[in-house]
Amino acid sequence: MSNSEHAHSHDHSELSATELRVRALETILVEKGYVDPKALDLLIETYETKVGPRNGARVVARAWSDPAYHARLMENATAAVAELGYQGRQGEHLVAVENTATLHNMVVCTLCSCYPWPVLGLPPVWYKSAPYRSRAVKEPRAVLREFGVTLPAHSEVRVWDSTAEIRYLVLPLRPAGTEGWSEERLAELVTRDSMIGTGLAKAPAELL
Amino acid sequence: MDGAHDMGGVAGFGPIGMEPNEPVFHSEWERRAFALTLAMARPGGWTIDMARFARENRPPQDYLSKSYYEIWLAGLEQLMAERGLVSADEIAAGRPLQPAKPVPVLRADDVAAMLQRGAPTLREAKRPARFAIGARVRAKAVETAGHTRLPRYVRGHLGVIWCVHGRHVFADANARGVEDPQWLYTVSFDGSELWGAAAEPDTKISVEAWESYLEPAA
Repeated sequence: MSNSEHAHSHDHSELSATELRVRALETILVEKGYVDPKALDLLIETYETKVGPRNGARVVARAWSDPAYHARLMENATAAVAELGYQGRQGEHLVAVENTATLHNMVVCTLCSCYPWPVLGLPPVWYKSAPYRSRAVKEPRAVLREFGVTLPAHSEVRVWDSTAEIRYLVLPLRPAGTEGWSEERLAELVTRDSMIGTGLAKAPAELL
Repeated sequence: MDGAHDMGGVAGFGPIGMEPNEPVFHSEWERRAFALTLAMARPGGWTIDMARFARENRPPQDYLSKSYYEIWLAGLEQLMAERGLVSADEIAAGRPLQPAKPVPVLRADDVAAMLQRGAPTLREAKRPARFAIGARVRAKAVETAGHTRLPRYVRGHLGVIWCVHGRHVFADANARGVEDPQWLYTVSFDGSELWGAAAEPDTKISVEAWESYLEPAA
């Protein structure tokens, strides 16, 4: 066995049973003509490079900047989000919930992983994990503390468990000291977690 | 079905593991499993609730020991096997053993349109909603052997109608291939109603509930 052949077989022995199973499955599905390999690549590329939390950040920044857009977003988030070109799968029925000085909203899916894909992309692992799904509805303030968020004692917490096809986008509080900022600059303050409700928008000082 | 997937309020899962700068996928096989699952919905013809049921309908120890995309993969294999598209012996062999079935295929040209269309669940309202905003309701204390989206932690508890969303495809029926649309509500529960003395102060928890999940409360 040459060195290169040895390295090759060694690589294969390190493939997990799951990796091998997915490879086998894809081979079978392509050979049977059930899937178009180019469609697979396009699906991956879409969610790795096009659809993600920058979409939602644009929506939030627009809502912070434009009172009429804010009103449309709160009235019909699906239509308002579509104005910016974001719509479709896992965002067919969107609802925006707004944080205030005395109210904090947080989103979870205790039964699986429902998440507003067109505005936030695919969910992070923690959102789909047992600790978050089990605890968000019972001890949201403790969960928020783990995310480094401490709320004022008098504020109410509202947790939205996505058990149907309604998907929630949290509209975070606009940080102080951002008067007159452009939408592009405001969007840099809007983190993924601030739109799930496990974080707050960044303060201007946090921008590098 | 009351399985391990129904996690709301279950104790003992520990701290939340955040990952800074987390990638969308953590390995190549996750990318492929994700794409195969989305693409196979076209030839497979299953509904989202059929897919959810295929993922959640497994022994708790199996559900809890699998990673997220391992569960997707197991669900996909089951959905395909049920429809005679790919059998377990083919996966074991790593190649086709039975002839392909004639099925529609998701082409690359159609990916953007498919994603943009999604699968809206709102249907025409044929009669008025039973409950109005502000009405007090109780989530039924029912168990079902099939798919349901009424989580255990709200069953039997008193809540308030917070929002009326229109008439939506009913998940429990959609898992059996029947839309049976019903009025859908957001129902809000006080933390203390759900968790008693263990509740944190000033918390409200809401779920979406179809009309048949609810009964009027005084």
